Amino acid sequence: MAMTAQQVAAPTDDKRWRLVTVTMRRHGYEPHALIETLHTVQEAFGYIDEDALYFVARNLRVPLSRVYGVATFYNFFTLKPQGEHTCVVCMGTACYIKGAPALLEAIHRTYEIKPGETTPDKKISLLVARCIGACGLAPAAVFDGVVAGNLAPDQVVQRIEECVGS
Amino acid sequence: MNIDELQAIAAKEKHAQAAFRHRVYVCMGSSCVSARSEDVLKALENGVKERGLGNEVRVTCGGCAGLCAAGPMVKVLPDETLYQHVSADDADALIDSLGAQPVEALRCDTSHPFFTRQTKIVLSESGIINPDRIEEYIAVGGYSALLHALNEMTPAEVLSEVSRSGLRGRGGAGYPTGLKWNTVAKSLSDIKYVICNGDEGDPGAYMDRSIMEGDPHRILEGMMIAGYAIGAQRGYIFVRAEYPLAIKRLNNAIKQAQKLGLLGAQIAGTAFDFQIEVRLGAGAFVCGEETALIASIEGRRGSPRPRPPYPAEYGLWGKPTLINNVETFANIPPIISKGGDWFAQTGTEKSKGTKIFALTGRINHVGLIEVPMGITLREIIEEIGDGIPEGKRFKAVQTGGPSGGCIPAEYLDLQVDFESLASIGSIMGSGGMIVMDETSCMVDVAKFFMEFCMSESCGKCVPCRVGTAHMYDILDRITRGEATLDDLRLLEELCDMVKFTSLCGLGQAAPNPVQSTLLYFRDEYLAHILDKTCPAGVCPIHKPEEVLS
Repeated sequence: MAMTAQQVAAPTDDKRWRLVTVTMRRHGYEPHALIETLHTVQEAFGYIDEDALYFVARNLRVPLSRVYGVATFYNFFTLKPQGEHTCVVCMGTACYIKGAPALLEAIHRTYEIKPGETTPDKKISLLVARCIGACGLAPAAVFDGVVAGNLAPDQVVQRIEECVGS
Repeated sequence: MNIDELQAIAAKEKHAQAAFRHRVYVCMGSSCVSARSEDVLKALENGVKERGLGNEVRVTCGGCAGLCAAGPMVKVLPDETLYQHVSADDADALIDSLGAQPVEALRCDTSHPFFTRQTKIVLSESGIINPDRIEEYIAVGGYSALLHALNEMTPAEVLSEVSRSGLRGRGGAGYPTGLKWNTVAKSLSDIKYVICNGDEGDPGAYMDRSIMEGDPHRILEGMMIAGYAIGAQRGYIFVRAEYPLAIKRLNNAIKQAQKLGLLGAQIAGTAFDFQIEVRLGAGAFVCGEETALIASIEGRRGSPRPRPPYPAEYGLWGKPTLINNVETFANIPPIISKGGDWFAQTGTEKSKGTKIFALTGRINHVGLIEVPMGITLREIIEEIGDGIPEGKRFKAVQTGGPSGGCIPAEYLDLQVDFESLASIGSIMGSGGMIVMDETSCMVDVAKFFMEFCMSESCGKCVPCRVGTAHMYDILDRITRGEATLDDLRLLEELCDMVKFTSLCGLGQAAPNPVQSTLLYFRDEYLAHILDKTCPAGVCPIHKPEEVLS
């Protein structure tokens, strides 16, 4: 599709920007496509950097302040790159009363990271989720996208070791 | 697509199913997938192929079978045998047993009250149809309600049928669905919208997730019937981005329905056009509130706005909009097929039909249950849930998530319906039911929910933004043994202030967990404050504070 005067080119020639453009085009570059577009950016790049915020803002003709506001309002979006491996500990009610805090404690003891932090060697990021809906398996955590349930504190560390080792 | 063609598809599918000696459904709900049910599915498929039984045994994925803690679950039809804790290694034994004696070691006892005490209206097909195939949904009567409504009912008749059913919104507040539909139908506008709220944000609740994953077509059908009744042409399903499987299944279902002409322009040869699109949430609890949800679909921050005007008059892009919860829409097809009077036979005088609960926490049978309104909490916890594990004592059951309350043992004989739960300081909520035993500290639980509300407050109105932070601070000091009775008085004042002055439901309901625990478990608060002890041994009083948020 020929670029109209209002659309700006991608910040780099990284092919992943095409996915972002496809999403915006599918919604006719309407401002209401902002959240859908940010989802695509995060899916393609793993996080949303400043270049992406500018690119999306210009193309959807939304003020940069609003793009930043939306990107920081929603928990799902992250503006920082994640570590090589991620561990998401579910902190839903069922997991909480079945011992999720002890899982976080074990991870903190071993790797000295708190939720939202990444180890200095950029290997492991620790995140917490509001509820992953696997309440039948409480307490549960997600290691590199794979859910594991009925975890004991030592198992959670063991799982992370397996992720890093693989 | 007319009724004859639909019936032809159903007949063809039934014929195809009958050709198989056995149909094996492996649960592909999120809980079972987490327990590696995909490996089980693969092993069964390979085993059937190796034995050359491809024409006799059909192995497919199915929706949630309910008993999530015992996953992966496998159901064999037509024998109706249910297996639990199946692993890939069991595949051979399972296949060998087909047509002979079931594998007793893996068998799940379906005569247990967990199965016999349930009444399934919404989940009737979940687990016994493949959610990825529209033909299986049609074979069990799917889309016949839609075609019946389009061909033989006027929109007014659909509205009156829904009103007569007495169905109330399953999102939590229990607003009469018929009344809501009528209001949107009466709003004058060429363009109207239907929104399905699948932003299931309550921690400890996954009812809507299971419906979306196990029976996605039912939601589409419910939304289309709603669209026809109120005069809308477009629908949105707002789903949490945290539910990738539900998103995939819904998108697939939309494509299949479009291909068969059940969704799109001139549905079933009538003048009715309807399109449905999935929109992703991005992790904000407040988006469960309808005006915040609309803001999010419009691509903005999920901040609520004052009502009125209600979305029924001024909703998405300023047009009249009907917003219902996933479970509400899932109730619509059976109401149209079997009639409002049939639906109203189940339940209590003011709360009709069934309710799905995610029964979790300290309970033996963790899982998804659908029970008639009016059942008692005791029946749910002691019979269906099979009581508390490890011989521990029941302390409380939490309903309604961060907006609900904790119900103590003395109210276990209370009927489960909208009014009864509200009368003791809790709410029905969307259906999370978390059981707690003596190992849970109620002050800690109240603090947990307050931390949730504090973090999820959108920040627009002061009472919620500042009030929840203050309440959290006091609760935190109580759990550390540093609070005084004055703090407790201040906490109670703040509860009232936040409750009565917040803009939306999030803030108005945020004090509920505190108020209900103060009402029923005040002694625990006093133990923390006066004796500096935590009776349940959860709170780190006198111990060095661990820095963990």
